[in-house]
Amino acid sequence: MGVNTIYLDNSATTKPLKEVMQAFMVVNEQYYGNPASIHAMGVESNELLMRAREQVADILHTEAKNVLFTSGGTESNNTAIFGLARSNTHKGNHILTTEIEHPSVLESVKQLELEGFDVEYLQVDKNGVISLEELRAKVRKDTILVSMLHVNNEMGAIQPIFEAAKIIHESSRAAFHVDAVQSFGKLPISFTDDEGPDCISISGHKIHGFKGTGVLAFRKKMKWQPYALGGGQEFGLRSGTVAVPQAVALSKAARIAVETMNDRAKKYRQWNEEICTQLRRYGDVVHILSTPQGAAHILSFSIRDLKGEIIINALQKRDVIVSTSSACSSKQTKTSHVVEALNLDEHFKKGVIRLSFGAYVTDEDIVKFKQVLDEVLMELKGEL
Amino acid sequence: MIWKEILIRYGELSTKGRNKMDFIRRLRENIRHAFADLGHLHIRTERDRMFIAIQDETQMDVLLKGLPKIFGIQSFSPVAACEKDIEAMKKLAITIMDTFKNEQLTFKVEVKRTDKTFPLESHAIQREIGGYVLPQYQNLSVKVKKPDIELRVEVRHDATYMMAQVIAGAGGMPVGSNGKSLLMLSGGIDSPVAGYLMMKRGVRLEAIHFFSPPYTSQNSLEKVKVLANELTKFGASIRLHVIPFTEIQVLIKEKVPSNVSMTTTRRMMLKVADKVREEIDALAIVTGESLGQVASQTLESLTAINAVTNTPILRPLISSDKLEIIDIAEKIGTYETSIQPFEDCCTIFTPASPKTKPKLEKVEHYESFSDFDELIERAVKNREVYIFPKKEQEADKFADLL
Repeated sequence: MGVNTIYLDNSATTKPLKEVMQAFMVVNEQYYGNPASIHAMGVESNELLMRAREQVADILHTEAKNVLFTSGGTESNNTAIFGLARSNTHKGNHILTTEIEHPSVLESVKQLELEGFDVEYLQVDKNGVISLEELRAKVRKDTILVSMLHVNNEMGAIQPIFEAAKIIHESSRAAFHVDAVQSFGKLPISFTDDEGPDCISISGHKIHGFKGTGVLAFRKKMKWQPYALGGGQEFGLRSGTVAVPQAVALSKAARIAVETMNDRAKKYRQWNEEICTQLRRYGDVVHILSTPQGAAHILSFSIRDLKGEIIINALQKRDVIVSTSSACSSKQTKTSHVVEALNLDEHFKKGVIRLSFGAYVTDEDIVKFKQVLDEVLMELKGEL
Repeated sequence: MIWKEILIRYGELSTKGRNKMDFIRRLRENIRHAFADLGHLHIRTERDRMFIAIQDETQMDVLLKGLPKIFGIQSFSPVAACEKDIEAMKKLAITIMDTFKNEQLTFKVEVKRTDKTFPLESHAIQREIGGYVLPQYQNLSVKVKKPDIELRVEVRHDATYMMAQVIAGAGGMPVGSNGKSLLMLSGGIDSPVAGYLMMKRGVRLEAIHFFSPPYTSQNSLEKVKVLANELTKFGASIRLHVIPFTEIQVLIKEKVPSNVSMTTTRRMMLKVADKVREEIDALAIVTGESLGQVASQTLESLTAINAVTNTPILRPLISSDKLEIIDIAEKIGTYETSIQPFEDCCTIFTPASPKTKPKLEKVEHYESFSDFDELIERAVKNREVYIFPKKEQEADKFADLL
């Protein structure tokens, strides 16, 4: 793709920031000692690793010892779900999640179901949001884990996780895991003294860091099983030589994401509204799945009776990159489980397009995109 | 060493909700900044409090001295630790209570036992420690409700923690939580105080100073640098913009009648300041003006000076009298520096009888014969910028990476 490409698929992945890449290079060149070694180079690497960990802990309002570096969102989610479920069977075996989770959560709980856990799914309304009443009704004394994504990756719905946390903690001893992969750096998300989430997953490559980096963080020390055994790294919970450059890169990307969050959020909201206004001109030919209450960086819509792939190709010919509902499921031919859960009209199920903004998107890109969007829609639907 | 950490309680949180996180992060960064010389501090934040881990006695001393100056802190307490052994705990209690031996005080022991495996229960610990401490201090009497001193003992899993002192913080809001302004820093008593008061409301400052060599000396510039550096003690870095002002001042002296030259000088300063303000994205200009102090500080004068801009001019001292200002200057430690007798940009070329009620039209008329704008542009462009606090770059070798 050329330099003029307009990249609007930032919820799939983002381009790393220059300063993140630079830090990564320097750490590889200068601090390559094994942080577990006791010689000076090891001590220095370890010190740097601790600093990276503290920075993430500060951002999330927890302690460094509760921050685990992982290989990304999927590992964080898997680790949280398996670790917390299997270590708490003495409290019960009931697990709650929603029907619009990321596959890394859904597949994990399915596996647990096979192992005998009792898994229930919360439904979402047409805006993609769960009902707190349903949650209250379904949380039980023997619920041991609730896993909920903060921002849905396909249409941007925001779950009321802080209200949910209150309900969960009031009526059960369950651990509350929040998949914040799509929300971290976009919305405020952190631990609170007692009413927030207990466990948060973050991915580096969604915040202009690197693929293969992530964090699983806990509010406080929790009982759970490690799944990678070996030299006892990462507090014995994830053995294996710690990737210090990746940890530093993630920590830096996270800091910048949070520091620039408010400014970017304003822009994203404005672009989102502008594009929605443009789409609304097409009347009932276009259905906008995202809502004004959802996350500003994701905008998904659908064109009546038009396959998503066709729109993507037409936009790509004009140097604009967007995706169907999610990158993870875009190669499958069946309709995504999220779109199914939204109860969308049949005419709109096949044509869901997702735009997602990132730090490299500019005002000019959006102006040009709006032009191209009109061209493409006119071409594909004739006079519409 | 008995000290383990310092517990910090946050100040006024008028910005709640989402901004709370910003507030806390800002405070943490300001603390790091103010104690940059100590190397990297291990700071842990929670929603309602913050903990700084203590490495050694020297660090503790520096923190105890510096923390009361940092805005956004309501109060803080040094926390000591010892092993989970009742004899060690008694000894530590005595070490802490020694601090209070010179006053008549009421007292109680408050115990929290997080580690339930500790053999003594809370009440027993309370009795043991209270019973050991009391007889040793004649000045103490027990009072259960609202005592002067509450010796708080916490038996946690790793150690026993104790604290008794609650030291008042500076209150206010963390500098930087309320936008940025440009402070006109002359070197006198008033302007540092004005800067301090704005910082207390969370305003981040940059400073501007007008330097007119050879009429004003290097000494006077050094003095301003010291003042700027003093202001950073309240928890923020400050950039000082030094404006070469000689050309403009000389032109004023030559072209403007002496009884309004002071008004014009102030107007030109404000024009320059406004340009710098725009460049650095500051929202307002702060001055140390106080009504009626000198000829330039009458309402008529202020009106004529103010006419050059629409930018908000913040004058926190406008209604203070000189003694009140001096009090604050002494308290914040800028007074001694401010009274050093060097000529500054405001005292050179002072006319014998400046107008206290200058007419704006007349001032504008006199100014209209000279082209000040070009000189102003040049002065802004040729300014020198200094950053305070001056700290060793090596202090944090990882800062760039993170």
